[in-house]
Amino acid sequence: MAAWLTPQEWDALRLSLRVAFWATLASLPLALFVAHALARWRFRGHAVLNGLVHLPLVMPPVVTGYLLLLTFGRRGWVGQHLDQWFGIVLAFRWTGAVLAAAVMAFPLMVRAIRLSIEAVDPRLEQAAGSLGAPAPWVWVTVTLPLILPGVIAGAILAFAKAMGEFGATITFVSNIPGQTQTLPSAIYAFLQVPGGEASAARLVAISLFVAMAALVASEALSRRLARRIAG
Amino acid sequence: MTVSIALRHRLSGFTLDVAFDAPPGVTVLFGPSGSGKSTVLNAVAGLLRVDAGRIAVNGRVLTDTARGVQVPPHRRRLGVIFQDGRLFPHLSVRQNLRYGRWFAPRDTPPVSEPAIVEMLGIGALLDRAPATLSGGERQRVAIGRALLAAPRLILADEPLSALDDDRKAEIMPYLERLRDDLRVPMLYVSHSPAEVARIATTVAMLDAGRLVRFGPAAEVLADPAVAGRGRDAGAVIAARVVCHHADGVTELDAGGLALFLPTLAAQPGDRLRLRIAAQDVMLARGQPSGLSALNILPGTVESLREDGGSVLVRLSTPAGPLLSRITLRSAGQLQVAPGAPLTAIVKSLSQGPDDVGTPVH
Repeated sequence: MAAWLTPQEWDALRLSLRVAFWATLASLPLALFVAHALARWRFRGHAVLNGLVHLPLVMPPVVTGYLLLLTFGRRGWVGQHLDQWFGIVLAFRWTGAVLAAAVMAFPLMVRAIRLSIEAVDPRLEQAAGSLGAPAPWVWVTVTLPLILPGVIAGAILAFAKAMGEFGATITFVSNIPGQTQTLPSAIYAFLQVPGGEASAARLVAISLFVAMAALVASEALSRRLARRIAG
Repeated sequence: MTVSIALRHRLSGFTLDVAFDAPPGVTVLFGPSGSGKSTVLNAVAGLLRVDAGRIAVNGRVLTDTARGVQVPPHRRRLGVIFQDGRLFPHLSVRQNLRYGRWFAPRDTPPVSEPAIVEMLGIGALLDRAPATLSGGERQRVAIGRALLAAPRLILADEPLSALDDDRKAEIMPYLERLRDDLRVPMLYVSHSPAEVARIATTVAMLDAGRLVRFGPAAEVLADPAVAGRGRDAGAVIAARVVCHHADGVTELDAGGLALFLPTLAAQPGDRLRLRIAAQDVMLARGQPSGLSALNILPGTVESLREDGGSVLVRLSTPAGPLLSRITLRSAGQLQVAPGAPLTAIVKSLSQGPDDVGTPVH
C-alpha cells in the first residue's frame, strides 16, 4: 500500500469506505420507498413518519448511538433475537457501524429523493397510465428516470455523511482499530495521543476532500435534475 | 363504435348529471368552463371515480358503479390527448411515440407507425428531445403517441387551448384527418365554438353539469336558444367545391345553392364545412338586388330568441339551418316571426380562415 498512510490510517480509510458504501446501498431502497410515501401519499401517521426520519438529524448523535445500543445491542429487544435466531451481532462490529451510519445518513437521502419526487409532474405519470402502463411500470419508466439525478445526489450526500459519522458510531460500536475504527474515530484517537497530529492531519485532509467532492457532485446533479424536469 | 355515458357526480357548486350515447365520429363536449365537461372526460379516462354511473365503449363496460366495475385507467385502452401535450421529457420523440406500444396487449390490431408519422409530418423530429419542439410540434407528437397505443377511443381534453392561433390552425387539420381518414372515434372537450364547428360530428352541450343539447353539430350550433355571444354564435353548413373562377372566387354548392368564397386551397369535388357567424348574416324580405354580397340564401324563420339588444334568428335554408343576429329594430321592421319567408345574405369575404374546415377529397 502507498507509503503516505500508515497501516492504521489505511485501515480506518478502508473501513470508512466500506461502511459508507454498504450504509448507502442498504438504505437506498427504503429511502426511495419512504420518500415516495412522504411525497405522494396522504395517510395517518404522515407527520410521525416524517418526524421519525428526521429525528437523527436533530438528536445528539450520542443519543442515537445509545438508542441503537439499547435496541440492537446483544441484550437489546431486537438485538437479542437477531443474535439467538440468526447469529447476527451488530454491536461492536463493523456491521453495526454500517447500521449507525445508515440511520444518521437516512434523513439526508430521504430529503433529496423526496424533493425530486415532488418536482415530478404527476400528470406525466397519468399520461403514462393512459398509454397502458401499469403503476409499477410507470414508476420505472417515468418517475425513476426523472428523479435519478436526485437519487444519485441523495446517495452521494448520504455516502459523505456516512463517511463522517462519529457520535452514534463510537457509542454503538466503540473505536476498535481494524474493526470499528472509522476515519473520524481514528482522527479522534490520534488526537488523544502525543505525536498523533501528523496522522490526524492526513486523515482530516482526506475527510475534507471527500466532503467537498460530495457536495460539488450532488449540487451539479441537482442542477441537472432541475433542467431535466423543466424540459 | 359508440360510447355510452350515464353518470352522476357531486362537484363543488353543482351536481354533474349527464347521459348520452355518442354515435361514431367526433363528439364534442361543449360548454363554458366549469360546466363539467372535463369531469366527464376524466370519468371516461378512469381518472375520476364517479358517485354513480355507467360508461361503456363499444359495448365494453369501463365503469359501472351498480356492479362495482371500475376498470383502472391503464387497462381502458383509451388514447388521451392532453391540453399540455405531456410528452415524457427524458425520452426522445420516437420513444414517446412508441411508449404505448410496450403495453398494448398482444391481440391489439397493429397500427402503422410510418403511416402515422407521415400523416402528422413528424418524421424529421423523431430523434429530437421534446424540450426542443415548438408547441405545435409537441401537440402533433402527443396525437401520434395516443394513436400508436391503438386506442378504442381518443379522448381530447382541449387539445388546442394551450396554443396560439397560428398553432391552432396548424393542428386542426390533423385532428380533422383523424376524424375523416382514420375514422378514429373521439370524445373532444372544447369551449371554442370555432373548434366545435370544425371538428364536431355530434355536439353534447353542457351547462352547470347538465346536458342542455345533444345532436348533430349543424343542429345544435344553429339553435338560437343555446347560441353563444358575439362571434361565438354561428351555424355550420356542409358544402362541396364546384369550381374556381378566374376572378378569384371559389364556387361551392350547399344543398343546391351556390356559395362564393375567396379562392380556397381545395379541388373541385372536395367536401368541406363552413362556419357562418350569426353577425355576418343579414336578413331581407324578398329577393334583394343590387348588393355587393354574393351569397344569397332563401329560407324560412324557424325560431328566434331575444338576446340582449339583439335577436338571434334561426333560418331554415336548403343549405341547412343558419343563424342570424339582427337588431331588435330590424326584427320589428321585418316582422320576423316563425314561418316568415326571409332571405339570408352572407358577405362572401366574411369567412375567416379559421372558419373553413380542411377539405376532404
